[in-house]
Amino acid sequence: MHADLNVILPEILMSVYAIAALLGVAYTGQDRMAGMLVWLTSGLFVVLALWIGMSADDGTRTAFGGMFNDDGFARFAKVMILLSAAAVLLLGRDYMERRGILRFEYPLLVTLATVGMMVMVSAGDLMALYMGLELQSLALYVVASLRRDSAKSTEAGLKYFVLGALSSGLLLYGASLTYGYAGTTLFSGIIDAADGQAPLGLLLGLVFVLAGLAFKISAVPFHMWTPDVYEGAPTPITAFFATAPKIAAMALVARVVHDAFGGVVGDWQQVVAALSVLSMFLGGIAAIGQTDIKRLMAYSSIAHMGYALMGLAAGTAFGVQAMLIYMAIYVTMNVGTFAFILSMERDGRPVTDIASLNMYSKAEPGRALAMLILMFSLAGVPPLLGFFGKLYVLRAAYEGGLAWLAVAGVIASVIGAFYYLRIVYYMYFGEEGAGLETGRNVVQWGFLMASAAVMLVGIINMFGIEAMAQAAAATLVN
Amino acid sequence: MDNLLSIVTFIPAVAAGILAVFLRGEDEAAQRNAKWVALIATTLTFLVSLFVLFGFDPASTDFQFVEERDWLLGLKYKVGVDGISVLFVLLTTFIMPLAVAASWNVSVRVKEYMIAFLILETLMIGVFVALDLVLFYLFFEAGLIPMFLIIGIWGGAARIYASFKFFLYTFLGSVLMLVAMVAMFAEAGTTDIPTLLRHEFASDSFSILGIHIIGGAQTLMFLAFFASFAVKMPMWPVHTWLPDAHVQAPTAGSVVLAALLLKLGGYGFMRFSLPMFPVGAEVLTPLILWMSAIAIVYTSLVALAQEDMKKLIAYSSVAHMGYVTMGIFAANQQGLDGAIFQMISHGFISGALFLCVGVIYDRMHTREIAAYGGLVNRMPAYALIFMFFTMANVGLPGTSGFVGELLTLIGVFQVNTWVAAVAATGVILSAAYALWLYRRVVLGDLIKESLRTISDMTRRERAIFAPLVIMTLLLGVYPRLVTDITGPSVEALISNVETAQAVARATSQFAVADH
Repeated sequence: MHADLNVILPEILMSVYAIAALLGVAYTGQDRMAGMLVWLTSGLFVVLALWIGMSADDGTRTAFGGMFNDDGFARFAKVMILLSAAAVLLLGRDYMERRGILRFEYPLLVTLATVGMMVMVSAGDLMALYMGLELQSLALYVVASLRRDSAKSTEAGLKYFVLGALSSGLLLYGASLTYGYAGTTLFSGIIDAADGQAPLGLLLGLVFVLAGLAFKISAVPFHMWTPDVYEGAPTPITAFFATAPKIAAMALVARVVHDAFGGVVGDWQQVVAALSVLSMFLGGIAAIGQTDIKRLMAYSSIAHMGYALMGLAAGTAFGVQAMLIYMAIYVTMNVGTFAFILSMERDGRPVTDIASLNMYSKAEPGRALAMLILMFSLAGVPPLLGFFGKLYVLRAAYEGGLAWLAVAGVIASVIGAFYYLRIVYYMYFGEEGAGLETGRNVVQWGFLMASAAVMLVGIINMFGIEAMAQAAAATLVN
Repeated sequence: MDNLLSIVTFIPAVAAGILAVFLRGEDEAAQRNAKWVALIATTLTFLVSLFVLFGFDPASTDFQFVEERDWLLGLKYKVGVDGISVLFVLLTTFIMPLAVAASWNVSVRVKEYMIAFLILETLMIGVFVALDLVLFYLFFEAGLIPMFLIIGIWGGAARIYASFKFFLYTFLGSVLMLVAMVAMFAEAGTTDIPTLLRHEFASDSFSILGIHIIGGAQTLMFLAFFASFAVKMPMWPVHTWLPDAHVQAPTAGSVVLAALLLKLGGYGFMRFSLPMFPVGAEVLTPLILWMSAIAIVYTSLVALAQEDMKKLIAYSSVAHMGYVTMGIFAANQQGLDGAIFQMISHGFISGALFLCVGVIYDRMHTREIAAYGGLVNRMPAYALIFMFFTMANVGLPGTSGFVGELLTLIGVFQVNTWVAAVAATGVILSAAYALWLYRRVVLGDLIKESLRTISDMTRRERAIFAPLVIMTLLLGVYPRLVTDITGPSVEALISNVETAQAVARATSQFAVADH
């Protein structure tokens, strides 16, 4: 028991921190403490990320009879989740403070959601999976409607909740089918039952579980909530949605398909490939008509999830490595882009209209250049890091025997390039109109510039992510 | 020096970085500084690249000045040049200072303009020296970004349409090549170009969805690469982005586009398509030869009908590129030598022609042919220069334009007489549109009121044209300057291709005999 608790020490620490802070704040300063709490929470995330990252050579530890795994894969995903959550918290602080929505619950709910994500990526059992997923989702439902007095924000929260509940239902149904046919909820038991020729019921269970998870990563056709929630939620929350939960859900998909259904790659490969190709194309085509940059980013993230799924669809260790690298690059790009979106305002009010970027490059050449780099990187144009993400997943898909998926992926990337170019077009070629202010917030500026710099400099050696992702993938697929 | 090529490649990028970081403001002094930094950097690059030329051993067919480092994903940062690529590096470093000098009148966002050009130079040199498949793709595609910005920011009235068309058209062409590269990586286990040149890719015919594919995987990969290079080249019928891009681009943008960017496609054909997929190339050669012949005749006819000078020269470029593809896929010594020669010569001539248009555009701000006439009365020096390059474009013996056309025609005549016959009519048509353009713009009486005060070329403009005139004449009377360097590498390439095709033919005959 003691050893078990040791394995989940980071999660325990974070939960205790969240509860203690909640109690403490309730008795003392309330919202006045929120700013400090944001810094504290981010600090905690970073420290934990470093700690988990340092324990890289601990090997694989399991707790609670295999329900919870602490392996290289989980650690890699946790570090990404913690760092991106910390970054997004810091980014949004100024924005929320100035609009009076910096409530003390916000950092704490994010902490709880992050605990949920960490449980998700470590899950070794359908129950643990569901527990993590729901802890994450419930916290996110609340933060989506953090702006109580805004109809859009509450609508976003409600939509997210209703559709999220539906997806949880799907997932639970699939989990119960799986349990019925495999006789266990442990992934290690399911893989024995699903070796070689899985019974039809088990496959049905797999499909339902995947459908439930596809909702969380907003893969087509389970993406409908994404644009509305992205648009309606306050921008810092949107930034959060676009980063950490996506990593967690994607890692969870990888874990389920490899840990529980690794014996029947051929069966889930088609499902994942179908999700991937639909997401890439819908994300690319539907974004073309968007005029709101947050909605555009929603479709962009749908398309990017399609590419990450392409790596996963390969069904190989290299595919998982490609997916992890893709997610790491994706998250870095999104943190930078949202740092910029958060800073967009006019007369102190946030603007999200793409047309407001008109000739932005004249006013702020430095930031415009950073955005230019991020946009081309999101489009996957070499020599930026986004291209290498695509190269990894393409190679994985091709070597996994999915050449058609690779071809579809590159064609979708051309369609997608159009709307990223459109942002560049507004910033550089437009007509001068009403100016856009982007404030003097150093944190936002720093993240924007750093993320753009990573896109350029990262092509030299990717900061060693490649080898780490390879080691992480090796612990999952064997 | 081991890393001479890397130095040549990255001097412009470093200069761009210096401009981006240290230069502030938009005032007169800052603009002047930006121009001078760019001019010095490009000139320096040219001077350093001369060391590559003089240190190059033409007798050897190996890659020289090779530099190799480990990189991501099992890829390598590997650069080097052989007889086919070395001259393109020189062409790039030669043209760029002229393009910068031709941009001296730019007054909008000069710093960004120069940065874009410097980055573009690095990327273009990178394409020619890259010896790793993905490194090549990286440079090849990245060039789209600065060119997109150059057309979009500093272009003419319809620049936005042109820039999007340019980007998406060429991007779509290239992504299929990326998939083919991934496939090559998977099959050969390496992205090292010299190794891949020796690798024999599978060429067994197979059927997909009931379609029988002769040459199998090689044909498919060839087509994927072809999609990319044909768009870049550009070949008929995927050339339609070029006139738009040219017309809207600023003068120096047009120069770079015509003189250098179009060469990337031809270089790609010679570096990848022909030697790596010889069987696929053999299957598709008749198609490509006829496409080239059609391109020559059709675009020459289209050029006749143009009212915009830049558009006319753009179509003329497409026609001249037709000779290049024809020569390459004739796959013999004259054809390939001629193709390289034609590309280099076209680099000088088309660059000069766009500069000629730029000279009068700067004065009158119109490219309409109808707006001019009788310029010879006010601009004798200009008339002379324009005459010279018009003749070179037509392929007058004694200019470099003649050698390239003649060699490619000789090359293709041995392979397909009819294609050669059709293509030869292009020589006549090119004389028709080029001379007619010259007559309408330069000759006749000066009757247009607006032209009364037009002034002749300045000393700066003359200085830009001088090196181009010299090179055009020099290569015209002494073509061995080029063919001596390209010859051995081309010879090795052809013998490899012929061996591989012979082997494939023999095995397929066995296969037939077995049945």
